[in-house]
Amino acid sequence: MTARRRGLLAAAGVVAAAALTLTACSSGNPLDSSSKGASNGSSGSSTVIVGSAAFPENEIIAEVYAQALQAAGVKVKTQLSIGQRDVYLAALKDGSIDLIPEYSGNLMQYYDADSSAQTSDDVYAALNDALPKGFEVLDQAKAQDRDSYNVTKEFSEKYGVTSLADLKKVDIPLTVGANAEFKTRPYGIPGLKKVYGVDATLKPISDSGGPITVGALEDGTVQLADIFTTTPSIKQFVTLKDPEHLIIAQNVVPLINSKKASEKVRTVLNKVQAKLTTDDLISFNEKSSGDAKESSADIAKQWLSAKGLD
Amino acid sequence: MSSFIAAFGWIFDPAHNVGPDGIPARLGEHMLYTLLTLVIAAAVAVPIGFLIGHTGRGRGLAVQISGGLRSLPTLGLVILLALLLGIGLIGPLIALVVIAIPPLLAGAYAGVESVDRATVDAARAVGMTEWQILWKVEVPIGLPLIVGGLRSAALQAIATWTVAAYIPLGGLGRYLYDALPLRDYPQMLAGAILVIALALVVDGLFAIVQRLVTPRGVSEGRVSEVHDTMRSASGRGAVLAD
Repeated sequence: MTARRRGLLAAAGVVAAAALTLTACSSGNPLDSSSKGASNGSSGSSTVIVGSAAFPENEIIAEVYAQALQAAGVKVKTQLSIGQRDVYLAALKDGSIDLIPEYSGNLMQYYDADSSAQTSDDVYAALNDALPKGFEVLDQAKAQDRDSYNVTKEFSEKYGVTSLADLKKVDIPLTVGANAEFKTRPYGIPGLKKVYGVDATLKPISDSGGPITVGALEDGTVQLADIFTTTPSIKQFVTLKDPEHLIIAQNVVPLINSKKASEKVRTVLNKVQAKLTTDDLISFNEKSSGDAKESSADIAKQWLSAKGLD
Repeated sequence: MSSFIAAFGWIFDPAHNVGPDGIPARLGEHMLYTLLTLVIAAAVAVPIGFLIGHTGRGRGLAVQISGGLRSLPTLGLVILLALLLGIGLIGPLIALVVIAIPPLLAGAYAGVESVDRATVDAARAVGMTEWQILWKVEVPIGLPLIVGGLRSAALQAIATWTVAAYIPLGGLGRYLYDALPLRDYPQMLAGAILVIALALVVDGLFAIVQRLVTPRGVSEGRVSEVHDTMRSASGRGAVLAD
């Protein structure tokens, strides 16, 4: 009896602790300059510490930044593969990193969820307004890693579809293969209806435009698929144009602690930004996966020497 | 505790109880998938289990194969089959059947095997055919264990169909996969609570069935001994616990 009660108490304790942990996870704003402890920069003022998110493409871009800076004589350290946005932005705030490759749309929405900016230039402007003091983004690259609607070549030819606006004239029911959030997000099913007047249903496939989504598009289970613009398999499909800017721009931008953004650093990084394209990102991803599996550092090195930036 | 209040609020919100996304529809899908899995897996595993239990041959092989099947990573199998067969019900159904077979097989052969050999010899001595021995002696006496196999396979299937909603499927897993990217934690917790509730109810029903099918003369004590036999026979020691 008492043993049993003790067991129950212990179980209740575990549940309560779990509940506390859940509620304690409210997300603050890690770059909020009003909070204490901002920028206690470590390891000497001249060294630039380059961070990256925990996925290969972002790591490779970080390597590109790091090696380009190094080649120009800037002292650099790398701290790659730091989880997701909440985590690495906190690292940027507390000075454990100084520079990280980011994507304009997502970063802007992180600070200003209500902004209506969609195009590259609007988003870039809005992002500059939204960033907390002490941090800035350098020039945006042409390279974008964003969601995109894709159809097969056969579908495109049969129905004469090259743009989302053309979908209205397709007279068969349309199914989209995409992550589950496509059902509710403004760029997903609701946006297709509102912006382009197209009715479609969702097949939720939680692999972020990976092989199952690609397979479903190939075998005709879905007519449209959401695939990131830098996924190598996108090349076999027709990516639909988005004249009304349903999908927010996601240009690659270097997010940097202003204290470390010397004239030299700016010049070097902006040169890189001017040359980086979406096709480059596709080839980065190709090289870092599959049979090749080259290291991020090697891929970055090859790109820099091909562009004459080393 | 506020998370749990929000989750229960979500479950009892009338808006979440109608339509194709509603709880009754998702619960129905989940039970249908589970039932389909059990029927197919039982059709494969139970006859083989009876054969092994009755003849006493092939037991080592069955233990090894079912032990091996148990160690397959579920989500990996679901994804692999989705890649090979395309998205739809068939791929995950095959994966789930593969996962439900080991407990059913273990229950079936352990049930038949657990019958006292003296009883079987007696049945043979009074002139029963092998078929009659199986159906009139071994299966009725071993039935609690056979139902026990069904019970753990059912729990396994309920849990695993939740994970399989990674690809486009209905069922209660939808709530978890749909809510995660939106950080809609009340919905996720609600989905988890519903899966747990379904598992507990089904487990309770099977516990009652198991008690009902225990023949008079097979005492409680005997059955628990038999449970031990079945545990050791399963190759992983925890047939009823997972």
